[in-house]
Order: sequence, then C-alpha cells, then structure tokens
Amino acid sequence: MSALVTTPNIPDPDGFYADLIAAQDHMTDDEASAFAARLVLILSNHIGDREVLAQAIHAAAQHVRGG
Amino acid sequence: MFHDRYQLAFKLYPYARSADQDADAPVRHPVVVMGGGPIGVATALDLGLQGIPVVLLDDHEGIGQGSRAICFAKRTLEISARYGCAAPMLDKGVVWNLGKVFHDDRKVFEFNLLPEDGHRFPAFINLQQPYFEKFLVERVREAQAQGAPIELRGRNRVTNAQVHDDHVALDIETPDGPYSIEADWLIGCDGASSPLRGMMGLDFEGRVFQDSFLIADIRMDGDFPTERWFWFEPHFKSGASTLLHKQPDGIWRVDFQIGWDIDRKEELKEENIRRRLDAMLGEGVEYELVWTSIYTFQCRRMKKFRHGRVIFAGDSAHQVSPFGARGANSGMQDVDNLGWKLGLVIAGKAPEALLDSYDAERAHGADENIRNSTRATDFITPKTKMSHVFRNAVLGLAEDYEFARPLVNSGRLSVPCTYDGLPLNGPDALPGGPPRTRPGSACPDAPIAGGYLLDWLGGDFVLLTLNAEAPETLEEAGIGMRRVALTGAEDAAGLLAERYLGDAPSAVYLIRPDQHVAARWDRFDETAVRAALHTACTLETA
Ligand SMILES: Cc1cc2nc3c(=O)[nH]c(=O)nc-3n(C[C@H](O)[C@H](O)[C@H](O)COP(=O)(O)OP(=O)(O)OC[C@H]3O[C@@H](n4cnc5c(N)ncnc54)[C@H](O)[C@@H]3O)c2cc1C
Repeated sequence: MSALVTTPNIPDPDGFYADLIAAQDHMTDDEASAFAARLVLILSNHIGDREVLAQAIHAAAQHVRGG
Repeated sequence: MFHDRYQLAFKLYPYARSADQDADAPVRHPVVVMGGGPIGVATALDLGLQGIPVVLLDDHEGIGQGSRAICFAKRTLEISARYGCAAPMLDKGVVWNLGKVFHDDRKVFEFNLLPEDGHRFPAFINLQQPYFEKFLVERVREAQAQGAPIELRGRNRVTNAQVHDDHVALDIETPDGPYSIEADWLIGCDGASSPLRGMMGLDFEGRVFQDSFLIADIRMDGDFPTERWFWFEPHFKSGASTLLHKQPDGIWRVDFQIGWDIDRKEELKEENIRRRLDAMLGEGVEYELVWTSIYTFQCRRMKKFRHGRVIFAGDSAHQVSPFGARGANSGMQDVDNLGWKLGLVIAGKAPEALLDSYDAERAHGADENIRNSTRATDFITPKTKMSHVFRNAVLGLAEDYEFARPLVNSGRLSVPCTYDGLPLNGPDALPGGPPRTRPGSACPDAPIAGGYLLDWLGGDFVLLTLNAEAPETLEEAGIGMRRVALTGAEDAAGLLAERYLGDAPSAVYLIRPDQHVAARWDRFDETAVRAALHTACTLETA
C-alpha cells in the first residue's frame, strides 16, 4: 500500500512557500481560489495514485476546524 | 369519462373491447405488463417470442408526443436485434461519433467515440423515442401475425392492484367502464411516476437535482454537423449549459439548463424559447419549433425490484438524469435480463429464486447508472461555489493539458453492465482469457465468416467453443444448451480470438440467453458445464 508522505519532504520549505504565496500576489480572491483549484488538479495528476490521493483528501478534510 | 394524460405521436393500439370485459369472473393470465412505454413493449415482445402469453395494458392508445430519449446505445440495438427490430432503428437513426465541448466561447476539446471495429452496430444512434417505440410495436404486430401470443390493450388504465402470494388481481378502467383480470405475474413498466408503486406503497428513494432543463426540438436546414456539442456557461447566455445534438428528419435537440427557480409558463412561451435559440444560433437562422418541454430530474431507485409476483422494470424501478443516456438503455437491459428468467420459471424449469437474481443484477446495473449520471450531473451543475471553481479549473486546464480532459464530464455514455461477483456467475477457468469477456460480461460482438457472432448467441444457452470440442447439444435438468463451434477459419480479422481467447489457445464459454457470459474454461468439461448451468439458473444441486 502506498502511503501519503507526512514527514518533511520539500527541500527549501521557505522558498517553496514564498513561491506559492507570490504566485497569488496580484490575484483577487476569486482568482486565487481558481489558482488553488488548478494547482490541486495539476498536482493530483502528477501523483496519480488513487490511494495516496484518497489519504490526502482525508487528511485535508480532517482539518476543517483548523481552517 | 376516460381522460388522456397526454397527446399521441402515433396511435398504435386503439381501444378495442376484450372478451375479458364480458367474462363472469376475472380471467387469469400468465403475465400482464402494466405500461406500454419502450420497456413494457419490449417485455411483451421478449416473452411473446418465447411463446408465453402476455397481455399489455397501457392507459393510452399509442406513443406520447415529444421525444424524451434520443441516444440509443449499441447494447440496446443488439438486444433489439435479438427481438428482430434493430434494422429499422439503424436505418432511421443518425450515427454520430464526434463530440465537442465548449466553455464560454472557447472549444475545450473534442472527442471521438472511436467505435471499435468489428461490431454490427455503432456505439450510438440518435433516434426520437417515438420512432424507437413504434419499431418495437411494429415488431409486436409482425410477431403476432406469426402466432406470438401478445395482446396490446390501449386505453386500459390499471387503477388498483391486489397482490396475493400466487397472483395479482387488477382493476382496469376503460372507455366502456371498469373490469378486472388476474395475473400470475405482473411486470410494472409504468414509468418514473409509477402508479403501481403507489398502489403497493413502495419506496422510491434518491436525490432530487435542483435545476430545470428546457428542451427544444427544432427543425432547421442549418448546416450544423452531425456531432454532439456541449457548452458549459455558453457565451450566448441561453443557459448555464447547453446541448445541441442531431436527430433524424432534420431535427435538432437543444437542451438549456435554466436554473431551479423559474416560471415554467413564462419560459415555455414561444417568444422566450426563441430568444434563447436566436442567441445561440445567431441572427437569421430559420427554424421551426417541433416540441418543447421543461424537465427536472432525480436519481433514485426502488430498494427491491421484485416483490413476490410483481416485478418492476425500466423507469418505474430506477430513474436517472438524462446525462449519459442511461434511462431507456438500462431499461432495455432489464428486459433482456428478466425475459429468459421469467420464461424458465413459468415453464417450471427453474425455481422462483432465479428472479431474485434479476433483482441483484439489475440493481447492480441501476447503481452503476445512478452513480455515473449523478457524477455527470454534479459536474454539469456544481452545487457549491468551490465545486464550481473546481469545475471551471478542469475546463480551463483541459484546453491546454491532456490530463484534464478525462475529468470533463458532460455525461458518460451508457455501456452494458458487467455482473461482477454476482451469484449466477460460474468459474472463470480460462488462463490468459481477456478480462472483457469474464463471467458476468455482455458478449462483445465480433465479425465471423458470413456475419457477426451475436447473431449466433442469445435466446437459449449456448456453448461457444473456440478451437475446442464439445457435444452439439447438451441438456441439463430440462434446459438445453446448443453448441456454436468456431475456429480460426471463421475469424479472418482475428477479432474473435482477441476478444474471446486472449492468450489462450482454446476456450469454451457457457453463454446465457441474454448473451452474458455465465462461465468459461480452456476446454470442455461436462461436469463443470452442467454445474455452471445449475449456478446460472439457481437450480437445486442434484
Ligand atoms: C429529457 C429526457 C431525455 C432522455 N434521453 C434519453 C436518452 O437519450 N437515452 C435513453 O436511453 N433514455 C433517455 N431518457 C429516459 C427515457 O425516456 C426513459 O428511460 C424511458 O422512457 C423509460 O421507459 P419506460 O417504458 O420504463 O417508461 P415510460 O416511457 O414512462 O412508459 C410508461 C408507460 O406506462 C403507462 N402508464 C402509466 N400509468 C399507467 C396505468 N395506471 N395503467 C396503464 N398504463 C400506465 C404510460 O402511459 C406510459 O405509456 C430521457 C428522458 C428525458 C426526460
């Protein structure tokens, strides 16, 4: 069974995070949600493993309270 | 007074007084079919062609005006071919393969159904539902002339059904007043709002979709190609989505998604319909409105399709959204599934338990159809702001990236259901055999010398042998099996081998009367074949 990676896996986390936020710099809220949706779809296709995707969806859904 | 609920496109079974109406006591019939839509008529045809007397009761004298279904799938044509009425459907129908999907004013992508070679029938034809029904009724007339014991009674409205352990008592309203009959078996084909379900107090649960769709069937000489065009949020603003699809006789189906809170009467005014159409077609395009209607829909099914001596088929048992063309197409698979089983039970060759497999197999089919049509509907009519954002993200990406195209869902078109893991399936003992012909599958067609494979299958149990020996006929518990022997010599194109042998050098298939695979082996083993027949007919083991 393939498992969702939940330990740190991104080299240069601060750089990645800055890129993620910078990409939305000049976006309205609507544009930013569309951006986020596109990003999810692009990444999901890259992962391409239904089991991992299911775990990721579950993990994200668990955090509703945390926002 | 006897009131009609709708106007007719074709008057095909005018009311005629039946001897039953003058009988002293209610006359008993082996099978009564309630409802003469496509599913009821096909049921009468299936049983009548087996020589089983059937009485069909419909509360009108023919087929209602207005085409609901327009897309009929290959499997429906194959089933119709078994009944002997596929030829006029194919003649009249429009064959199409190309679909285009638009978002706003941009083409997102196009798809080709790319029908596989070597099938007698195309993946789909478009045909107005009244024609489909008319060809079925014409076949009934022909079968009657050849002695098939089928009776169609128009303007016979069932008003009450009393269900007993071994029969059903029916009260019927006619223009000459009421009368009663009895049925050993009652098949409820009385449509989505099934009065029979109501009379029996049965459930029909599922989801209502909060959206309305305006259908306009228009006749125009316009030079639109024979393709399925689907717009999400079209630039011409005539609906939240719009579908354009060709039908025979120069008629086009236009389907606008117009929202939930609408004034139906206002929307159905000709000038308002024309305003939407003009915006879509552009100025100066001449057309005639042939039929218009507003529909809403639900995805739901009965918990059980069999209730003792009453069996439900078609829309009365399950209802889906039109996206995917799974309504009439799945109803035809119900008929195909039920016909031979009821035939064996009435002949006393199989126990009533065989009919529970109708429930198991077709409920499985209904669930698959509801799942597919619900998913398409959720994509077409997103329910929340964020699901709308995701939907449009898919459409946007699909223009540039191939990966997003399979996510675009404007309806997954009907394909036959495979009865995986259900009780009638026997062993899959063909190492290297293709997955598509595993037990439970509908047999795919293949060209063979002088015709097509499916012409040889169906109606009874068949032992299909490929490069294998077997007796020409075999009988088990009074049920016959007929061998169809094929080798490479009949398979010039190699498609039979591809679809039925895979990597195996030889194969023996036990095929049910509805052309579904019951079991398969690499060679003939008499004990195994007899056991598989027992399983396929739920016979007590000897
Ligand atoms: C807009 C739209 C588009 C569609 N497109 C497609 C498509 O492209 N492909 C597809 O496969 N399906 C499609 N469908 C679905 C298809 O139309 C139905 O699945 C099909 O008509 C069901 O057939 P039926 O025989 O079960 O029921 P019905 O066609 O509803 O027939 C029921 C019959 O029972 C009769 N009846 C009712 N009450 C009584 C009574 N008390 N006594 C006697 N008779 C009675 C009625 O008069 C009627 O003749 C579409 C549906 C809609 C609304």
